[in-house]
Amino acid sequence: MGEKFMKMFASPFSRVGLVAAGVVLGTATMHAPASYAAGEAPPIPSQSWSFSGPFGLFDRGQLQRGYKVYKEVCAVCHGLRLLHYRNLGEPGGPEFSEAEVKAIAAEVEVLDGPNEDGEMFDRPGRPSDRFVSPFPNKEAARAANNGAYPPDLSLMAKARVGGPDYLYALLTGYKPEPDGMEMSEGMSYNEYFPGHQIAMAPPLFDEGVEYTDGTPPTIDNYARDVSAFMMWAAEPKLEERHRVGLRFMIYLVILAGLLYLAKRRVWSKLKHA
Amino acid sequence: MANKKTEPTRRDFMTIAAGSFAAVGGAAALWPFIDQMNPDASALSLATIEVDLSPIPVGQSITVSWRGKPVFIRHRTPEEIEAAKAVEMDQLPDPVARNDNLDGEPPATDLNRVATGQGDAQKHENWMVLIGICTHLGCIPKGQRIGDEKGEFDGWFCPCHGSHYDTAGRIRKGPAPRNLEIPVYEFISDNKIKIG
Amino acid sequence: MAHASSYKPNSAIAKWMDDRLPVMRMMHDQFNDFPTPRNLNYLWTFGGILTFCLAVQMLSGIVLAMHYIPQESMAFDSVEHIMRDVNWGWLLRYMHFNGASLFFFAVYIHIARGMYYGSYKAPREVLWIIGVLIFLVMMATAFMGYSLVWGQMSFWAVTVITNLFSSLDAIIPGLGTTIVEWIWGGFSVGGPTLTRLFSLHYLLPFVIAGLVILHIWALHVPGSNNPTGIEIKTKSDAISFNPYYTIKDGFAMSMFVILFAALVFYAPNFLGHPDNYIEADPLVTPPHIVPEWYFLPYYAILRAIPDKLMGVIAMFGSIIVLFFLPWLDTSKVRSARYRPIFKWFLLLFFVNTVFLGYLGAQEAAGVYLTLGRISTAYYFLFLLVILPVLGWIEKPTAMPGSITDDVLGKKPVDMAGRKPVPAE
Repeated sequence: MGEKFMKMFASPFSRVGLVAAGVVLGTATMHAPASYAAGEAPPIPSQSWSFSGPFGLFDRGQLQRGYKVYKEVCAVCHGLRLLHYRNLGEPGGPEFSEAEVKAIAAEVEVLDGPNEDGEMFDRPGRPSDRFVSPFPNKEAARAANNGAYPPDLSLMAKARVGGPDYLYALLTGYKPEPDGMEMSEGMSYNEYFPGHQIAMAPPLFDEGVEYTDGTPPTIDNYARDVSAFMMWAAEPKLEERHRVGLRFMIYLVILAGLLYLAKRRVWSKLKHA
Repeated sequence: MANKKTEPTRRDFMTIAAGSFAAVGGAAALWPFIDQMNPDASALSLATIEVDLSPIPVGQSITVSWRGKPVFIRHRTPEEIEAAKAVEMDQLPDPVARNDNLDGEPPATDLNRVATGQGDAQKHENWMVLIGICTHLGCIPKGQRIGDEKGEFDGWFCPCHGSHYDTAGRIRKGPAPRNLEIPVYEFISDNKIKIG
Repeated sequence: MAHASSYKPNSAIAKWMDDRLPVMRMMHDQFNDFPTPRNLNYLWTFGGILTFCLAVQMLSGIVLAMHYIPQESMAFDSVEHIMRDVNWGWLLRYMHFNGASLFFFAVYIHIARGMYYGSYKAPREVLWIIGVLIFLVMMATAFMGYSLVWGQMSFWAVTVITNLFSSLDAIIPGLGTTIVEWIWGGFSVGGPTLTRLFSLHYLLPFVIAGLVILHIWALHVPGSNNPTGIEIKTKSDAISFNPYYTIKDGFAMSMFVILFAALVFYAPNFLGHPDNYIEADPLVTPPHIVPEWYFLPYYAILRAIPDKLMGVIAMFGSIIVLFFLPWLDTSKVRSARYRPIFKWFLLLFFVNTVFLGYLGAQEAAGVYLTLGRISTAYYFLFLLVILPVLGWIEKPTAMPGSITDDVLGKKPVDMAGRKPVPAE
């Protein structure tokens, strides 16, 4: 693994505009040289999210903006293979309208078949299709990204310590490297990435994605919105969970109260007998 | 025992209240364990398919799979349409159209059997679209392939228990209680339909 | 079993059945009218809670198995399919996942209670041994279940734990390797391993259920121990199980379910590890692998010993030694209440075990390694040396004459002299 890793660092790495060249979140964490232990990264600041806390719910507008950021920036390299286009219209998510979901799905080409002639063919996507990943397989993803594998993001918000806080910190954590730090070619310095050297070039730029709802088009908002979207992508039933949980908790507290009173009554027979 | 007589209602009430409250909750908590067996979100989302009708010559049929069920699509001949139209309603064991595109329980006329949600049944009366599952016990009737036995009414014939369907997929003879079901479908162009 | 049956069939059908298969009589005698010490505290409610845990795990597990696919390339995705598409799938899966943790939480309290009040001592040795057996099978079941997720932590946990057996190579060269390959069904953890883990994970809970029946049987022969450790002597020492303990267990269970629900609904991944949301990759080990929290103490013991084989022996030994607890404890007094020295050594043993759990989550290096060795030493020192020696040298404090005396001793003055009578 070590040799492969060094090769990955040695290969030239181009930074082209908005197009993130590929996050190595997954692989680089695991490949991080021993001298950059995970413990070295500064603590991840916690953000306030609409979905945190027992009554937390997603902010529809934020999820819709986050989807836009994902689609226009992240999706160039990162897949969301566990999601289906229909999920975008389901309750508890971005809740795009049925027509919007159909339009989003129809924009992609999905490989289907075989047809009557035994040939595979491309057709416009349907809501029931899975999100089409930018690369057909891991090897193709590596080949297109100078050896760095941009991990699938379906579960990213649950697959890292800190969850959405970490994603936000990472996306806003790009800085010039400190004096004396030797950067491998093609790597960017990131304050929050374990080992601080990340193969993904800074993906977000102010005004890089057009917002139509008046939200200021800043890196900070993009990072925040796409992190919230990632949280929904990883935990699409969060709202249902919070809603059912509240009802069940109320029931349980009443039940516990009733059982306590019943227990006292039953045992009082013994005490006063 | 003496105490039990002095405050029986209160004591019983408390235990019974707690017990029944727990029982109601326990019963409600069973629902997720039951509902999980219902079709899941991915199954429900695959509910529509599109079928190109242009390769089907007159007098032939194809079978496509929709929700795991066979759907019969027959390009009917003028004679078959005439035969289906000639049938009087009182000759039908099941006089209801069984067409999911129509509301209520309209009679099983040939036009009602080919009606789509679009309301121009005459235009497409040469196309018969049916769920190919015998209404008796779920076998797949014969009659789709050239040379198949088509039964006494020249439509479809279920070999399991001998149900005969006519050219409009209506039960005419045998143990099946209902006409073959017609799924929700519509013409998205003159030779393309969307089922579901 | 221990007392004359008071069951009276109240209908002709009940009478007919009673003459042929007296299940109703058994249920009545064992769970309704069973004489139980009147002084059991809330620690005794964990037996009922554990039965509840087993039921929840089995029920949710059977249902999850209807959707799960034990196949290398589909296992991880099928779990996500459950989480995303199956009706209530997220609830069932989080229930099963957190249920395992709470099962262990409850079993640890149950074991600690048994140790504190000497419930393993004669005539309850067999009861205790069956309990340790249940604990062992539970651990095997939990480990196999965790592997089924087929995430990075699952995969590497299976790799590391199955590789423990390769330490047998130190005894007979090749023996360990052969056994490990037999467990794997290949030359690394893979598809065949997953399928057999699934099969056994489905089977073992039924074994546990059987052992639980034996455990309750073995409990109902001598009857429950109690905080004084004194056996029931007179009628006033005991009350009928129902309604007193059914309602008390019910209340405790409802509190336990509140804790359970808080985890499932508001912190479902709190006890999990983020790396297990990354699909298994046989080419990359996560930088910091840790077992589930309930295995951490044993993991710390394993790592405390520098020798591979000895580490494995110590780890398994730490549980095997529990089988011999009834004979390692030489004291005539059951309850730690009346054992002034033992009490503190035992509490230190509990703290030490929790501390071992903490160490199991740290990197095995530097000061943590040293502390791990000290803690491991105390674990065995307590069970193998302190316990038998204390029994000979310790002088117990004064004990009440009976359970009733103990209960009345705590009553206000005006209650004294009035004899409590069990109702019903």
